[in-house]
Amino acid sequence: MSDKLHEVSIEVNGKARPGAVPARLSLVDWLRDELCLTGTHVGCEHGICGACSVMLDGEPVRSCLMYTVQANGHRVTTVEGLAKPDGSMSILQDAFCETHGLQCGYCTPGMLIAAQGLLNSNPNPTEEQIRDAIGGNLCRCTGYQQIVEAVQLAAERTK
Amino acid sequence: MNPFRYIGKKRRTKEDPRFVSGRGRYVADIALAGMKHVALVASPHASARIVSINTRPALALPGVLYVLTGEEFCAGTDSLVTGVDAPKLTRFALAKGVVRYAGEWVAAVVADTRAQAEDAAELVGVEYEPLPHVIDPEQAMAPGAPLVHPAHGSNVILHKKFVWGPVEEIFAKAQHQLAFRATWGRSATVPIETFGVAAQWDPGTEILDVWASIQMPKYPDQVAKALRLPGNGVRVHYDVDVGGSYGVKRGLKHTVLVGYLAKKLGVPLRFIEDRLENLRGGDMQGPDRFFDMQVAFDSDGTLRAWKIRAVDDVGAYAGRAPFQLGKPITAICGPYRILAVEYDATSVLTHKTPQEAVRGFGQSPTNFAMERCVDRVAAFLKMDRVELRKKNLIRKDQFPYTIPSGSTYDSGDYHAVLDKALAAIGYPALIAKREAARKGGKLAGIGISTCLEPSGGNSAFEVLLNPKNETTTWMDSCLVRIDLAGSITGVMNTSSSGQGHESLVSTVVGEILERDPASVRVVRADSLSALPSNSPVGSRMAIMLGGAAAGAAKKIRETLVAIAAHNFECAPEDLEYRNGDVSLKGAPEKKLAWDQLVEIAHRKFHRMPPGIEPGLQAKFVWEVPTGGGLPDAEGRVQMYPCYSFEAHLVYVEIDPDTGKPALGKYVCGHDCGVMINPDIVHGMTYGGIAHGIGAALYEKFSYTEDGQLAAGTFMDYLLPSAMEVPALAIVDHCTPSPLTTFGQKGSGEAGYLGAPAAIANAVNDALAPAGAAIDTLPMSHLAIWNAIHSGKRT
Repeated sequence: MSDKLHEVSIEVNGKARPGAVPARLSLVDWLRDELCLTGTHVGCEHGICGACSVMLDGEPVRSCLMYTVQANGHRVTTVEGLAKPDGSMSILQDAFCETHGLQCGYCTPGMLIAAQGLLNSNPNPTEEQIRDAIGGNLCRCTGYQQIVEAVQLAAERTK
Repeated sequence: MNPFRYIGKKRRTKEDPRFVSGRGRYVADIALAGMKHVALVASPHASARIVSINTRPALALPGVLYVLTGEEFCAGTDSLVTGVDAPKLTRFALAKGVVRYAGEWVAAVVADTRAQAEDAAELVGVEYEPLPHVIDPEQAMAPGAPLVHPAHGSNVILHKKFVWGPVEEIFAKAQHQLAFRATWGRSATVPIETFGVAAQWDPGTEILDVWASIQMPKYPDQVAKALRLPGNGVRVHYDVDVGGSYGVKRGLKHTVLVGYLAKKLGVPLRFIEDRLENLRGGDMQGPDRFFDMQVAFDSDGTLRAWKIRAVDDVGAYAGRAPFQLGKPITAICGPYRILAVEYDATSVLTHKTPQEAVRGFGQSPTNFAMERCVDRVAAFLKMDRVELRKKNLIRKDQFPYTIPSGSTYDSGDYHAVLDKALAAIGYPALIAKREAARKGGKLAGIGISTCLEPSGGNSAFEVLLNPKNETTTWMDSCLVRIDLAGSITGVMNTSSSGQGHESLVSTVVGEILERDPASVRVVRADSLSALPSNSPVGSRMAIMLGGAAAGAAKKIRETLVAIAAHNFECAPEDLEYRNGDVSLKGAPEKKLAWDQLVEIAHRKFHRMPPGIEPGLQAKFVWEVPTGGGLPDAEGRVQMYPCYSFEAHLVYVEIDPDTGKPALGKYVCGHDCGVMINPDIVHGMTYGGIAHGIGAALYEKFSYTEDGQLAAGTFMDYLLPSAMEVPALAIVDHCTPSPLTTFGQKGSGEAGYLGAPAAIANAVNDALAPAGAAIDTLPMSHLAIWNAIHSGKRT
């Protein structure tokens, strides 16, 4: 491997985060290991489970399938950046607590990113659209039922 | 009417807020100062002799500290424990001399970063000489088969045959008999978080600190034993959030390996499995079992007796996995009045990844076989499947009901639960829908299953299957402490993997002490300061941790009343406890408030009654209700105390051109007694159904003929997404258990225990008009398509 470091400047959760990274460093490893943003989780490292989902310029992406250098100049939002400016839970986060849309919490950050991505573009999704939007995020605890309910509740409360 | 203040009410959990804000603390989030990383070298062969290992190129890479091989590791540690009686079967984290499955770990590399360790692992040169292998359990039992462990002398590591009741007599007299084979494919719960462990050795205190993604009874003891450390030389930190487990996160070999290296090298280490390691060498695959079923029954649909031969492929090594043939003995009749049972259980070694505990501990495969049996009897007699079940279900007035294998079911109202589920799904309309779909040329079916979830396990299957392994308790504990400020803290003694135990303890303690659960903090002891626990296995925590927390809280409450009685110079019976305050009955103004009582306990010994310790804390260690007994000469023993019941109904339509099944309406009628937190119970049940959908239709650890795992990624091992899992509905019923503190039963395995059976029955109902049937799971699209187009049973 090359030890050469590449300068990057990435906006993470609203703050500019400059850094120097090897070309092969994945975005999720940079977020977790360098920025200590451990809310983003690693599940499969091959782009199927969605646990590592973050938003890139507002769109959900897999941070395990992306190199840090590819995010240079872009905006990244992680689960830590979903809260309201005063630090309290967002409507969606609160809805997940209300319907118990999680158990072990491991897929939850990625699930929140996927669901928030949906609500940002479609404030009134149908159940089918919700299932489609979270269809790339695997959960082994919930059977998705209370997650779907959480997203429906958040959509209602956002109106 | 709900008689409780907090129990059974909708309450947000204590755990959810930290998880939705990304503030969980999982093992991969544990960063120790100066921490190094471990990567593994895995065998590419199912069976081979290790000729040589060249570590030099790996050691030459920058950042690499050490390469460990099996020779050194096996000399420096002891074998992990095998639960069954097979003393010559050893199991170490690293192979020595031979490898017994593709993916088995051969060497471990330690480096400054995980990337460096993985790079170096690729440079470890291992020369192998391939040996014969066997991956089919029936071939493994045949004479002349390659032996996985030649020292054991056979590939069979467990064979037990039980006969409970006059089986042969009943078979001779019964009007009909049926026989068939049902096969449960090798699948597992596959959490989204892989297994991980971090460890640090302190030579000053001679303690190995361990943080792990763990759900394993007796974990610290077994790690210490294998590392040749005293029991108090290992300290497991239970305040690590576990990203799902559902049985499989046992991680003993991982921990012994990392613990050995941390101690030897004097550096803190962390190892996090990647997904391939998790699926292949992580030893977390589940039961792989076929059942030869025979049933004796009468023309009126009365089930009389059955014979079950279960053969389970346990893979290349064994820990507790063979005991998964034992748990089903506690519900070997299902929910039915069956007078006699023969059970012939065999655990077979093959050159596959070792099996580990999976949600239900063998009960779900057994329920699948029994429920296919019931549907086959109905088809034979041309009887309605619901009517056949209703005819044979144990009636409400028959509880407590003792089955031939010795367990007594505590309580239930199976007919009521089934009726509720039928009403909820609109059964007559569903039948009409199926008929209309069939008339339209579609393959449509309805699936039914009625089955049990034994809960609160006492591990009596250990001694039943291995008399040398005398286990008659499976206790759990809680400590409740009130500090000087009057705040309540509950201390639990194990890690959790999503079951909401902090919510459980706070709700129960709040209920007993009549204080708001939101104000009750729940923390976790480490294993050196912990009271006894057996981890959250066997659907036991609502019963056992809930019971222990209630027991401790009751002691606190009694102490508060005793303090007031002493100060009022009256008898405790003259006093009334309300919201933490204690007052004289009939004279509410004569009262000592919570804060005053707490202050007396902590500071005013002169106002304390004699014989009561100062401070305000209580521990409670609870033995399993009905536990403590040994099997009798016929192998009868009470295993689990409580029996939850579930009735599943599901509608399926199959695309005949692709074999793809689409699940429609799904209803689960569920009775787990008193629910402490309904949202948590429902959530686990929904999740269990999703697991069941995976086991029934999608998930399989397939092996090629040369013994390679063909499902090492999520492209091949297919987990159901929100697109495969339909909207699910649960209908609650409550028959309290007479054996537990609040009437609660277990529910952690709910849904999973009946879903595969119901789905298998639905697919078979859909295939029946085509003259096809499938009794092998998973029923992949291809298997369904083949069944449709060959028109024969598979």
